[in-house]
Amino acid sequence: MLPRTAQIRLVSCHPEVYEPCDDSFALVDALLADREHLIKHQPMLCMELGCGSGYVISSLAIMLGELGSGVHYFATDINPDAAETTQATLKAHGLHAEIVVTDVASGLHKNLAGMIDVIVVNPPYVPTPEEEVGCKGITASWAGGENGRSVIDKILPIVDELLSQKGWLYMVTLTANNPSQICLLMKEKGYASRIIVQRSTEEESLHVIKFWRVVVSNDSPRSDSWFSQFPLKLFSRSSGST
Amino acid sequence: MRLLTHNMLASNVKGVTNGFPLRLEAEKWAEKEVELNADFLRHMFSKIEWKALAGAARAVGYGELPDEADASMLDSEDFLRRFHHALLEIHVEEGALVCPESGRRFPINKGIPNMLLHEDEI
Ligand SMILES: C[S@@+](CC[C@H](N)C(=O)[O-])C[C@H]1O[C@@H](n2cnc3c(N)ncnc32)[C@H](O)[C@@H]1O
Repeated sequence: MLPRTAQIRLVSCHPEVYEPCDDSFALVDALLADREHLIKHQPMLCMELGCGSGYVISSLAIMLGELGSGVHYFATDINPDAAETTQATLKAHGLHAEIVVTDVASGLHKNLAGMIDVIVVNPPYVPTPEEEVGCKGITASWAGGENGRSVIDKILPIVDELLSQKGWLYMVTLTANNPSQICLLMKEKGYASRIIVQRSTEEESLHVIKFWRVVVSNDSPRSDSWFSQFPLKLFSRSSGST
Repeated sequence: MRLLTHNMLASNVKGVTNGFPLRLEAEKWAEKEVELNADFLRHMFSKIEWKALAGAARAVGYGELPDEADASMLDSEDFLRRFHHALLEIHVEEGALVCPESGRRFPINKGIPNMLLHEDEI
């Protein structure tokens, strides 16, 4: 059987670049779990923000391989070493993505607004002192500032701009990031959300959440579609346990 | 960097109001064949700034794009092939993107443009 994700032995590494970890695997597992939907979704443009080693974007491209030449990929990272590492990882798999070194999608998001059908993000989510956010090198891969939300909160409005009408976002969060509040924030922007993967280790509890725009039609009251999807209960339960 | 990406990038320097298109200074580029997908091209056509694409193509020695284009041309196979080639088959490996307003240069190394700003430019 053909591999369904990127192969670890083909993933490049660099001392200043985040290696695929539990969070990267959780994100790829979420994409795999949703693969049938992704194929039916027929995205034309996909994008990863904070691509690191390139493991996730390569895996996505492999999963969507059967869609052929009609899908194109963008990947950004604030760390130039990560951008080069992603380039090498893609190449080792015989794949291509357009890579840009930038802060989130600065310089790109205006022209790409409303065009991206799938965005994947494994953001720096670890609660740290604010000064560590945006540091050079490997620190940028985890330093998330207060509650680990600094970069996430910067990313969300940009994602909202980038996503097409049918656009989907898959994002990794930690319990400390207050995911239910993130879902509320996105709800205000018109998105429903669902947990695709939930994983607890000794130190942390990770969620991969999928967000999608809710199409408001006049005859179905908006609140109905929210209730079935909104994972508030799940979160309050998981955040209580340590 | 494909010319598709050139078409999506704009100068992000603080205070710049007209940062598009970035002037492409290509030192090294390569051509790689990619399967043509007419649906993708038709979908992208409306989002592409044609003049910027034609200009960038000329900067890498490809002068086969018309100066102006409209959607009716998408019925022509010949046009699609040229559009496809310019958009997806030319990779700029080394060079720079220059902000038309401030002159700020964004380097392209190993095919990757770097849009990071210095603190006083944000
Ligand atoms: C947790 S790592 C994830 C890497 C990879 N996507 C993975 O899942 O293995 C977060 C990545 O985001 C990048 N990053 C951090 N802040 C960023 C920002 N403001 N803009 C773009 N990328 C950023 C880091 O350099 C790092 O590569």
